[in-house]
Amino acid sequence: MSVLAPLPTRKDETWRYSDLDAVARAWPLIEPDRFNIAAGDSAHHAILQDAASGDVAIRDFVIELQAGASFALHLLDMGGALGRITLDVTLHEGARFDLEAALLASGEQTIELVTRVTHAEPNAVSRQTVRAIAGGKATASYLGQVRVARDAQKTDAAQSFKAMLLGRGATANAKPELEIFADDVKCAHGASVGELDKAALFYMASRGVDPARAKTLLLQAFIAGLFDDMADESERARFENTALAKLEAMG
Amino acid sequence: MKMLNISNLHAEVDGKPILKGLSLTLNAGEVHAIMGPNGAGKSTLAYTLGGRPGYEVKGGTVTFTPPRHAGLDPASRFSSGAAEGSGTPAQGRGDEEINLFALAPHERAAAGLFLGFQYPVEIPGVSNVQFLREALNSQRKARGEEPLSAADFLRLAREKAGLLGLDMEMLKRPVNVGFSGGEKKRAEMVQMAILNPRLAILDETDSGLDIDALKTVGAGINAIMRAPDKAVLLITHYQRLLDYVQPDFVHILADGRIVKSGGPELAQALEREGYAEVIAA
Repeated sequence: MSVLAPLPTRKDETWRYSDLDAVARAWPLIEPDRFNIAAGDSAHHAILQDAASGDVAIRDFVIELQAGASFALHLLDMGGALGRITLDVTLHEGARFDLEAALLASGEQTIELVTRVTHAEPNAVSRQTVRAIAGGKATASYLGQVRVARDAQKTDAAQSFKAMLLGRGATANAKPELEIFADDVKCAHGASVGELDKAALFYMASRGVDPARAKTLLLQAFIAGLFDDMADESERARFENTALAKLEAMG
Repeated sequence: MKMLNISNLHAEVDGKPILKGLSLTLNAGEVHAIMGPNGAGKSTLAYTLGGRPGYEVKGGTVTFTPPRHAGLDPASRFSSGAAEGSGTPAQGRGDEEINLFALAPHERAAAGLFLGFQYPVEIPGVSNVQFLREALNSQRKARGEEPLSAADFLRLAREKAGLLGLDMEMLKRPVNVGFSGGEKKRAEMVQMAILNPRLAILDETDSGLDIDALKTVGAGINAIMRAPDKAVLLITHYQRLLDYVQPDFVHILADGRIVKSGGPELAQALEREGYAEVIAA
């Protein structure tokens, strides 16, 4: 079933950095995938978005964590002319949500991650770690909203976003947004945008490392660790190898 | 045999002339020390020879004539044919004069140049072992040699770490991250031992070392680089490293030029009398 809604515009907060021409090609969007983790259960999931170049990949996920549930999500968003993933996560009493995500954008790609994490009840924990690399004329964006409901005391929410730009034509957008209606909460967020360390590149070259290889090593190091704790060994290898192939092409 | 021939070198940093007609020749088998006051251009010389971006050559020539690099593993010596006829541009044909400035920094390394950094760079997320194996195998590839396997590389790394008194565990950690000043300098020398260059330019390798580390590093330099087919250019502020690595020649660099050259006695005179006195004499 299709979602009957008007096309978004730049005025819609979560679409402000998107590629709206590409969005129009994919409209109307398909229904979101839904996860409902039962009370006390723990689950994990991995999303690898590597659509063919030129494709439009827009995927929405609605995740509900019942009391005491935990959910670990690993995400690699790197394919298509537009690759957009949205996560709408609701945490009930004492639930825990862990997100580790890499956004890799090259050429003229627009790669986006939009999260809305709602702490609906007390004592829930959310951790979002997002790393983005953008080269060419690409755009990588992370829009992360955290909402803490009025009685969701002792909420512990953290977001970390770091982006690396490989050239002057590349863009990274970070838009953390906190909406807090409780008074006893811990909400942390950090965002930084940098570029490849020139001193490190020269140091590596001085030891004989080929410049393209040196770049790849530094980029790999930048996203290193994101996929380390993936439960499924072969899935982890698939994520790492897919990311590496893209990084090599970007270097 | 001339290994490095620097002739009338002029170089600028940020549009400011630093090297102003520097000339110097190193022969194979020799250790030279360059001493000089702060701001004389010592580090600029090292970076210019290494090819660091931002260090602009404005005039003069530098030729590098590395004795043929035999590789580390006898089995991987140049095989017949390719080795005799033509080498890769980075490798030269052995005993052949290379215009150093025609090579990119990584090609200079493959040709046999090693630059020891005054401030070794930290690279979070990349282990020493991974970094050095990449470096060594990149160099070997450029020279037309077979890559070293992981096991062979680890054996080599363990041996060289032992030579410099560096715990092998340190080599499994990210490059220079969390290393003390002394550990960084030891790690530089382990890198040099593994890469086995023909010419080492060591920029203030003695800074940040306590006396025990100085002894170890000095002995390391001698063990790795004192050979008939190798040469060393030690850039230093103080005499103290020269107690452990005896130079054959000492040069004083002031205001971008070599203003005085002599034997080891020149370093001692500097220590006694200071730069101003010795340069004026």
